[in-house]
Amino acid sequence: MRRLSLSGWIGVALIGLLLATVLVSLAWTPFNPLAIDLDHTFAPPSARHWLGSDEFGRDVLSRAMAGARISVGIALATVAAAVSAGVVLGTAAGFLRGPVDRVLMTFNDALLAFPGMLLALGVIAVFGAGAGSMVGALAVAYLPSVVRVVRGAVLSIREREYIEASRVMGNSEAWSMWRHVAPNASPQIAVLAASLFGWVLLSESALSFLGVGVPAPAPSWGNMLASARPYLDTAAWLAIAPGACIVATLLGANLLSDALRDRFDPRGAP
Amino acid sequence: MSARPGVVGYVAKRVAGALPTLLIVAVLVFGLIRMIPGDPAQVMLGDAGDPQAVAALRTEMGLDRPLPLQFAAWLGHALRGDLGVSIATGEPVLPLILQRFQVTASIVVSAIALATLIAVVGGLLAAWRHRRGLDQAVVGVATLAMAVPSFWLGLMLLLVFGVKLQWLPVVGYVPLTEHLGAGLAYLVLPVATLVIVESGVLIRMMRTSALDVLRLEYVTHARAKGLSEARVLLRHVLPNAFAPTLTLVGLALGHLLGGAAVIETVFTLPGLGRLVVDSILARDYPVVQGCLLFAALAYVLVNLAVDLCYPLLDPRVTVEG
Repeated sequence: MRRLSLSGWIGVALIGLLLATVLVSLAWTPFNPLAIDLDHTFAPPSARHWLGSDEFGRDVLSRAMAGARISVGIALATVAAAVSAGVVLGTAAGFLRGPVDRVLMTFNDALLAFPGMLLALGVIAVFGAGAGSMVGALAVAYLPSVVRVVRGAVLSIREREYIEASRVMGNSEAWSMWRHVAPNASPQIAVLAASLFGWVLLSESALSFLGVGVPAPAPSWGNMLASARPYLDTAAWLAIAPGACIVATLLGANLLSDALRDRFDPRGAP
Repeated sequence: MSARPGVVGYVAKRVAGALPTLLIVAVLVFGLIRMIPGDPAQVMLGDAGDPQAVAALRTEMGLDRPLPLQFAAWLGHALRGDLGVSIATGEPVLPLILQRFQVTASIVVSAIALATLIAVVGGLLAAWRHRRGLDQAVVGVATLAMAVPSFWLGLMLLLVFGVKLQWLPVVGYVPLTEHLGAGLAYLVLPVATLVIVESGVLIRMMRTSALDVLRLEYVTHARAKGLSEARVLLRHVLPNAFAPTLTLVGLALGHLLGGAAVIETVFTLPGLGRLVVDSILARDYPVVQGCLLFAALAYVLVNLAVDLCYPLLDPRVTVEG
């Protein structure tokens, strides 16, 4: 175990800032993020509207804060769903091996043959756009990679001597699995979950940007960017703020997962 | 040359390995569209379609037959290049897809080629200067590039080079075959955006595997023989360190060839990705189905091609099979 590096601390700070923003937005935003104010459309950043206002006079800062809440909520729900289902399936495949493993992995590899975004688009095509189907779509899209990583970890851990020792002591396979294999796979799962959070958030913004994600008027960073596209020449601030939020969040998630990996596996450290 | 007896076997094994995947992909694409609530015939005719017409169309589409038969019929048509017709325009789906694919492929292939070149140079240099200023600069830039969403970077590049400097066009598309110069002008920003976004992860992978190889004894040996650093890096480190990066190149290429919807939306390009999204929004299911199948096929084939390239880089792959 090593101390957290500077870039690790930057990651912690960025994600901390994000979570703080989400918490604050639950109680307070400068304006109502949905309130239309046609007297103050396209207001550039000022003391009143720190990040300016959009084509309906809605406050960009308030919408970015509410967008953080929606985007982070979707990302957390997706990661939780994909990781818990992935741990169950990956553990089953890696521990039971044999036919269960073969069937699961053939199916899993076929799912991996769909690019994540495409799989998500397919699921959204079936269930329609919206926050709920987005969580489902992204969880399905990212599940196969979780299953792969968990299975790989379980396969390598189950052959170690302490697992052998647990068997020799007369513990059942299921107990050895639950008590010894799963906990030892958790660092890898934690690293994966941190990077998943970044990927899912990026995919959610991309889908919302494409118009098949969070439906208007609810703000998400992606759909804020999409509606900023036509006004790029006159109101650039509309595009800058939500994009900067995504960059900061992704950078935070990537640095944090790098730092976690370095802590658990010093060999891969730069 | 019979020095590589394993090559034919290796190729056959990889190709055979891809077949079950393709079959499951086809089942998934077929099944996914069938999971849409409501009857496809009803969906095609809209809510106003009268029951008689719906029943006639059901028979015509073979919807009254058992599902496995329907799947077999659909797959048979698909294998012969018949992906049905668009509900919205009545155009056959495959020519539509191929026409859009040209746009996507021209951007994606040039961007990934450039990104790979940048990754090889950047990654090797960073590994060579491990923990020095250059290394830290390369890693910093790559990490930042990984965190920038393509749609935002695209918008920012449009803002600077299109709106402020007015060097490049902001909206529209001209096919290269129509006017080469104008066509290229529309491709510069999309390609640049993709290169920046994709090179981040490739640089980091190249650097990591180059670092691993640089620690090996044969590199020390090559240096001890008095070979120049450039020769050590290019002749001895690069071929052995390139495989993991090539895998990622294959994943990115396969992924993007199926449609770079986001980039195509930012730069209003008529590519495959935009076709998928527009068909989803228009509920044009034959087109959605065709696009999904085509994209998954492209992905599997590109990754198969990458698999087949490994023995060229590392002859041991064949032996170990």
